[in-house]
Amino acid sequence: MPRIVVDPVTRIEGHLRIEAEVDNDTISTAWSAGTMFRGIELIIQGHDPREAWYWMQRICSVCTVVHGLASVRAVEDALQIEVPENARLVRNLIAGSQMIQDHVVHFYHLGALDWVDVTGVLKADPVKTAQLAASISDWPKAGAGHFTAVKDRVKALVDSGQLSLFTNGYWGHPAYKLPPEADLLAVSHYLDALEFQRDFIRIHAVLGGKNPHPQSFLVGGMSTAMDPNSPEAVINPERIDFLRERVQRAREFVDQVYLPDLLAIAPFYPEWTQVGEGVGNFLAYGGYPEGSIHDPSRYFMPRGIILDRDLSTVHPFTPDKVTEYVSRSWYAYTGGDEKARAPYEGETDPNYTGPEPPYKFLNVEDKYSWLKAPRYDNKAMEVGPLARLLVAYASGHKQAKAIVDSTLSTLKLPATALFSTLGRIAARALETKLFVDQMGVWLERLADNLSSGNLEIHNGALWDPATWPKSARGFGPHEAPRGSLGHWVEIENRLVKHYQVVAPTTWNGGPRDTSGQPGPYEAALPKTRLADPSRPLEILRTIHSFDPCLACAVHVLDGRGRRYTHLDPL
Amino acid sequence: MSAPDWDLVETLERNGYSRRDFLTFCTKMAAVLGLPAASAVEIAEALETKRRPVMVWLEFQDCAGNTESMLRASHPTIAQLVLDRFSWEYHETIMAAAGEEAEKALHSAITQNKGQYVAVVEGSIPLGNPGYCTIGGRSSLDIAREVCTDAATVIAIGACAWDGGLVSCSPNPTGAVGLEEALPGLDIVNLGGCPHNVADTAAVLVHWLTYNRMPALDSYHRPLFAYGSIIHDQCERRAHYDAGEFVEHWGDEGHRQGWCLYKMGCKGPHATYNCPTVRWNEQTSWPIKGGQNCFACASHRFWDTMSPFYRRLPDVPGFGADVSAGEIGGAFVVGVAAATTAHAIVSAVRSRLRKGDEHESPTITSPDQIKEVRHAQDRGGSRDED
Repeated sequence: MPRIVVDPVTRIEGHLRIEAEVDNDTISTAWSAGTMFRGIELIIQGHDPREAWYWMQRICSVCTVVHGLASVRAVEDALQIEVPENARLVRNLIAGSQMIQDHVVHFYHLGALDWVDVTGVLKADPVKTAQLAASISDWPKAGAGHFTAVKDRVKALVDSGQLSLFTNGYWGHPAYKLPPEADLLAVSHYLDALEFQRDFIRIHAVLGGKNPHPQSFLVGGMSTAMDPNSPEAVINPERIDFLRERVQRAREFVDQVYLPDLLAIAPFYPEWTQVGEGVGNFLAYGGYPEGSIHDPSRYFMPRGIILDRDLSTVHPFTPDKVTEYVSRSWYAYTGGDEKARAPYEGETDPNYTGPEPPYKFLNVEDKYSWLKAPRYDNKAMEVGPLARLLVAYASGHKQAKAIVDSTLSTLKLPATALFSTLGRIAARALETKLFVDQMGVWLERLADNLSSGNLEIHNGALWDPATWPKSARGFGPHEAPRGSLGHWVEIENRLVKHYQVVAPTTWNGGPRDTSGQPGPYEAALPKTRLADPSRPLEILRTIHSFDPCLACAVHVLDGRGRRYTHLDPL
Repeated sequence: MSAPDWDLVETLERNGYSRRDFLTFCTKMAAVLGLPAASAVEIAEALETKRRPVMVWLEFQDCAGNTESMLRASHPTIAQLVLDRFSWEYHETIMAAAGEEAEKALHSAITQNKGQYVAVVEGSIPLGNPGYCTIGGRSSLDIAREVCTDAATVIAIGACAWDGGLVSCSPNPTGAVGLEEALPGLDIVNLGGCPHNVADTAAVLVHWLTYNRMPALDSYHRPLFAYGSIIHDQCERRAHYDAGEFVEHWGDEGHRQGWCLYKMGCKGPHATYNCPTVRWNEQTSWPIKGGQNCFACASHRFWDTMSPFYRRLPDVPGFGADVSAGEIGGAFVVGVAAATTAHAIVSAVRSRLRKGDEHESPTITSPDQIKEVRHAQDRGGSRDED
């Protein structure tokens, strides 16, 4: 059977390779492989756990923030530290803005070019484009003059013979279905979204000093000192106003650009509500606490599990049922690779047995990826916006239920349409709406605390490592843009003894396990028909719908006690 | 000073920004680069008249932090860089093409523009096993060698591409190294930082477009304008240090009043970068303004040399309110003389000014010498006008 390879899968973070067997232009089997490995969990051993967040944050910068947050939570869980309400709000604001910015960038800059033919712009009529724009939204940058300028800009690019980032796209591919005016509208919004994300993420500069890699996390709270009367305080009334303005602009962008674009583009691709389902099991650790992190009942995004597409039951989640296989991954477990291990007991030794580069194909019958294969109660699970939205919907989350029902009704689709490539893309947009609305709630609560004199931002009772127990271990969960993220840390003699990360893309993009059960990417591709197997645009559509992040997904710890002694933190 | 060609107005408007915006940008670039104001006109003319050079951006063992930083570019914006200034023909994270088509784009970019394109490298390169990072079935080292060897200029962007960064920290599981160690002998410009600050990268690219060469570099091959000054000396909280006003606990009165973070472990006195002046995200803030320590992320091998990040830097004689700023800055630098970035930069400038020899590294032993070298840096920053 002919084998096709997509490597590099671009418009993602990191290095992902897809191999697929094609039978009569239809994918019969697929393999997902992460092709890069660094070993950051090994590197963190022996360091001060209070600074682990700063190291772990470097796992990924597209998902900047999320590993920092999961790391401080893991250490706080180990040491039983509760953070003040203000720190919780600031964390929610930082993580919430990350969610919004990341989803917008995914839709316009990473995913859109799978559905929008940039060269279609040349055939578009700017006047008709303006009419189309006016029919779906009040967004102001929508006049015929504006669209003429955008079209001229694309034309100048094409005429120059230097297509820049658009070089060698699958332009003209028969799977592109949008009318030229919709192409022009989308390209215009591609540029608007670039501007939007750049301005919006200044929230991270205010609350974290910079982005990427904001720098305000602390075990026990945040470094964002609050004072209503100090111009030098990180959070003061002037900064609150600055944040309010960005949150308001985000609401406008999502309401007037992102959601209308989704609703305008989706009807041209109805078949994509039938393709790309995946494993049918969905996991959400839940997050964005409104109270203690130890009280999941007060999470803004609920915790739970859905099995076999059954939305009538939300099963409870317990961290103990998370395990990882390496039987098809380039690692070795002592005592054999067949049995899965839980993160606290996890061990890994990198053991590359793949082909010597340069190679044409991986040996997919053996080990073939740097990703491990995480399982929950031995089942492959999908994580991410769709999983979160389904868990919220099935849990009776008011806002989630309202927006899902109204969107399905507008598009005249049944709920089962969500189990698809397009469902994943839609869930991401709908979730963004939930977050732009909630950001305002968190921000006003912070503003109230600032004006009422509740200024506590850090719980320093256990900042001094001399106050710590000799050993402790903790779990730090977070719902990152791409899905459920967990950090597991073990501390001994004031230093990190053991560290493990199970990241969203490890769940979604991982390889087969010992029983041959495929991961969600691998399960989502079969049965997809390729209009032109030499230009497998359809593979990109489904894989991009998961929003892969490979830097996050590949990790390693060393459970065999190999450690190096580091400087004492004090 | 002659006015630039007015024909460019049409181009500017077509590209979605006003002539005033454009000239403002050129003036800012001149300022960041430490060039005289009149250079703004040269920059404007160069940017408007030249055919777009080809850019290829490689990613190896990276977190895409430097890519994300580029997406935050404001003057020029990433859209202007990608669509108007360079033909950005390969960049995995944002390019349209995938798989074989992406590899073809890379191949034609480097073969059709041999010796003329800009190569940017992000992430470290694993020498431990070629299987630790492959793209299209090829090893990182093979790709880096093929692409960088024939480039007009090579930029290693971010800490990992410069010196191996976090990935190469002990026990360095993959044998990761920076680009200059992976490809010895190659002429590379290093833009350290975790991640790099896009204001500096944009300035470097603009300098190259305008003058067809890189700005003045230090012995680490980093642009002096960005890496030549100590953070502590540029810090807005410096007066509190001199006055003996320190944050003692996170969230305390001093923290709320923006006092000095030295006692919390701030590495500003050992770090060089223009972070406090160019700042981040359209000059909105920088880490110390966010209430957190500087972790010296633009310093050479900072992960190994600056951690534990919350431990106070070694005590300095006279530390406190009664010592002048210059003495303290000097004492800190001398305290870590042999290996620190500051020392190396300083040495490089001195050497250059004397005889243009980049390899000699005189030892600095007194605050007076530091002052002398600071003057040298000031002069070094504007050497490009000649």
